[in-house]
Amino acid sequence: MIAAFPPAQPLAGLIGGLMIGGAAAILLLGLGRIAGVSGLAARAIGLADTGAPRPVAIAFTLGLPLGAAFVALLAGPVEARYPASLAALIVAGLLVGYGTRLGSGCTSGHGVCGLSRLSRRSIVATVLFIASGVVTVATLRVEGWM
Amino acid sequence: MRMLIALIAGMLFGAGLTLSGMTDPHRVRAFLDIFGDWDPTLAFVMGGAIIPMAIAWRIQRRAERPFADASFALPDTVKIDAQLVLGSILFGVGWGLGGLCPGPAVAGLALAPIAVAPFLASLLAGMALHRLTSR
Repeated sequence: MIAAFPPAQPLAGLIGGLMIGGAAAILLLGLGRIAGVSGLAARAIGLADTGAPRPVAIAFTLGLPLGAAFVALLAGPVEARYPASLAALIVAGLLVGYGTRLGSGCTSGHGVCGLSRLSRRSIVATVLFIASGVVTVATLRVEGWM
Repeated sequence: MRMLIALIAGMLFGAGLTLSGMTDPHRVRAFLDIFGDWDPTLAFVMGGAIIPMAIAWRIQRRAERPFADASFALPDTVKIDAQLVLGSILFGVGWGLGGLCPGPAVAGLALAPIAVAPFLASLLAGMALHRLTSR
């Protein structure tokens, strides 16, 4: 816990982050692929014509909830506070789905894999999606919607 | 073998997301809430994830091929185009609105299946819409 930011979990964040980066490293050095969830999930579900072989995409995508279930089983209930508005969640999903495909990546592909590769495209993408996320949340605050 | 490696990587990825609190949309939104109750946890997650990957890229540059596949299949696009810019901005708006990006949303199937279902359904619809319009 950081005194100035009571809810922060820096240690859990760092350990979880190392696991995420380790997983991406396994995919890169083992199968020669970028661990980008938007691309792999789209490929797994049949919404992408190119990318990893489908069995690989399906196995990785299925692994995500399995790993989450494993942690919940060992550590007990995991906090998951969703926005109350169903309409907001639906609009959010559309934007995330369309935006990550148009922008060729999300937090994992651009944020983790791209930044660590010092890819210029990924640096631009990450700066943009964090900035537009910050502006969105600030707007919600000003409007009194959160 | 390749499927097993992908499954293990996916499980480790999903476990890391869960352990770090990234499957909690409120915590993710709190990272973006720099004018409110800012929660820097996501920065630690991103920083932690970049460490092993930075090492992995160094190894990759010297490797002839991945240890369980024939060759590396990596993005080689360098152009910063309108699609990248617009797509990333739209993604950020959705990310701020819902507190969810694709990884935590898929992992959330095991944690809060009913709460995440509408988001996941529209996420797939958004992906399908892109596919239909980009042909």
